[in-house]
Amino acid sequence: MATETRFAPARVTRMSAGRRGRIGLTVLGTVLAAVAFFPVLWMITSAFKTRDTVTDGKLIPDEFTVQNFVYVFTEVPFVRYLLNSFFISAVITVVALLLHSMAAYALARLRFPGRETLFMTIFSTLLITAPVVLIPLFLVVRELGMLDSYAGLIIPAIFNAFGIFLLRQFYLGLPRELEEAAIVDGCGHWRVYWSIVLPLSRPILSALAIFFFLANWNSFLWPLVSTTNPDLTVVQVGIASFQSQYGSNWNYVLAAAAVAAAPMLVLFFSFQKQITESIKTSGLK
Amino acid sequence: MSDLAAPERTASAAPAARPKEPPQPRLSRKHREWLAAALFLLPDCIGLLVFVGIPMVLSVVLSFFQVSGFGSYEWVGLGNYERMLGDPLFWDSMKITGIYVLVLVPVLFVVSLGLGLLVKQNLPGVSIFRTIFFLPYVISLVVVGLLWKFMLDEQIGVVNKAFRSVGLEGESWLGDPDIALYSIIAVFIWVMMGYYMIIFLAGLQEIPREYYEAARIDGAGPWTQFRTITWPLLRPTSFFVLLMSTVAAITGGFELVFVLTEGGPANSTSLAIFYIYQQAFVFGEYGYSAAMGTALVLAMVLVSGVIFKITKGGRFDDGD
Repeated sequence: MATETRFAPARVTRMSAGRRGRIGLTVLGTVLAAVAFFPVLWMITSAFKTRDTVTDGKLIPDEFTVQNFVYVFTEVPFVRYLLNSFFISAVITVVALLLHSMAAYALARLRFPGRETLFMTIFSTLLITAPVVLIPLFLVVRELGMLDSYAGLIIPAIFNAFGIFLLRQFYLGLPRELEEAAIVDGCGHWRVYWSIVLPLSRPILSALAIFFFLANWNSFLWPLVSTTNPDLTVVQVGIASFQSQYGSNWNYVLAAAAVAAAPMLVLFFSFQKQITESIKTSGLK
Repeated sequence: MSDLAAPERTASAAPAARPKEPPQPRLSRKHREWLAAALFLLPDCIGLLVFVGIPMVLSVVLSFFQVSGFGSYEWVGLGNYERMLGDPLFWDSMKITGIYVLVLVPVLFVVSLGLGLLVKQNLPGVSIFRTIFFLPYVISLVVVGLLWKFMLDEQIGVVNKAFRSVGLEGESWLGDPDIALYSIIAVFIWVMMGYYMIIFLAGLQEIPREYYEAARIDGAGPWTQFRTITWPLLRPTSFFVLLMSTVAAITGGFELVFVLTEGGPANSTSLAIFYIYQQAFVFGEYGYSAAMGTALVLAMVLVSGVIFKITKGGRFDDGD
């Protein structure tokens, strides 16, 4: 904009056309954003409505109530669901980041025979999305005796090529000098990885951490099929079954849904930049 | 490689004597590097093998067996595939998946490209627009499903309330077999559009600004600029979005179907992935489900190949 205004009056007509276009686009953007945002807003305000007013079609509740949240937390073991999801997602995130960055470092930096073949093999597993191998995975986990356990919820979810791939791309772009200096100084590969490479990868690790946590907090299908023990219920499975029990009491269902979504919304608003940046990298490389 | 190592060792030996040499008398530097690589890669490779590789192979193997609920396996040869070919519900589910993909992928592509172009502009409040369009992506599909089930309800839903307030009838969005699938597609677009918008935005920002400035000086309007600069230079991004969204569409959508319609009404939203889930985990037909899963993977590989062929892998047409 600044560069355009610097041009002399000869450009005036073009400029005003451009400005009109910009106003039009701003209006369009505002309308679309309002439409896109409405459902989220609707969920939040409806969660504060009473049983009688939840279907009244008004955006702002006539009377605010937090009774729905109280009900959700007292009628079902919702705290347990939340803690389960939190524990599982956190463990998966930490372990996955460690293992993936180790593997990615080896693939990016260490020289060994068959490196490219191994990388392509790992890369090709990206095409195999989880639902497709769901049944054999279920049977493998059953054979390992891990059904209905935290191990069964956590371990299979750790391994995916996506993180390895992104970290490898990142390590390829790191300058080699520091590592080489350390090796010349007699550091072993583990020391180089642990005290040089890992601290350098903090930005991408934090972006991936948010991503992994989000994906696992939101995951539904695997916990649904691999657990039946109510003590292991994660929040997504919890709200789905809550809905099938309390289906017509939308005030309760929406309060439960809002609680399940809240941590992710907070995470998103706190780390928006990292999230969008990491998506951009995944699309470009 | 040992030639390379030699000068470094002498160089490092200069400032101080190296007492570190004796502990590794037998392994050369090259072999130590191999060993380190193996140890670094081992945990992830074992995990990927057990939880991705073996299941992948097993899904083909399993499809030749009949598996009972309690783990007995009986060889049935091509029996599951014969059953699949003769199962009208399987064909229906494939047809529904086909419609789903054919409608979802192009609409999602156009919507997210449109949003990407919009939020690339220098508009007031554009970062708020980006935030809002992306927001639905971070909400779980179960929550999304519950929310839209509430909003699309025929009687009490806000969508039909809005229709009625302007004198229209409204629809049975999730109860009408002719509409339900499209309702699910619309919800899925609402969830995913922000994600692909960000990817398009990244691609758009890669295009050098000078091209547009030169085109503007030549008097090219917005449409000409899009056609001659944006579209051709965006090819790698477009390819990526097309491929990823197709794969996601073929194998995804389970949660939305599960929460919104449970495959109904009249099986009109029973996507292949949902039908496979039902056969395995509701009826215990693991072998049969594995056969259908294999068919779905095959379809996915075929479609990906076709996309790859048509778009030439998203490469520019510069002769290679």
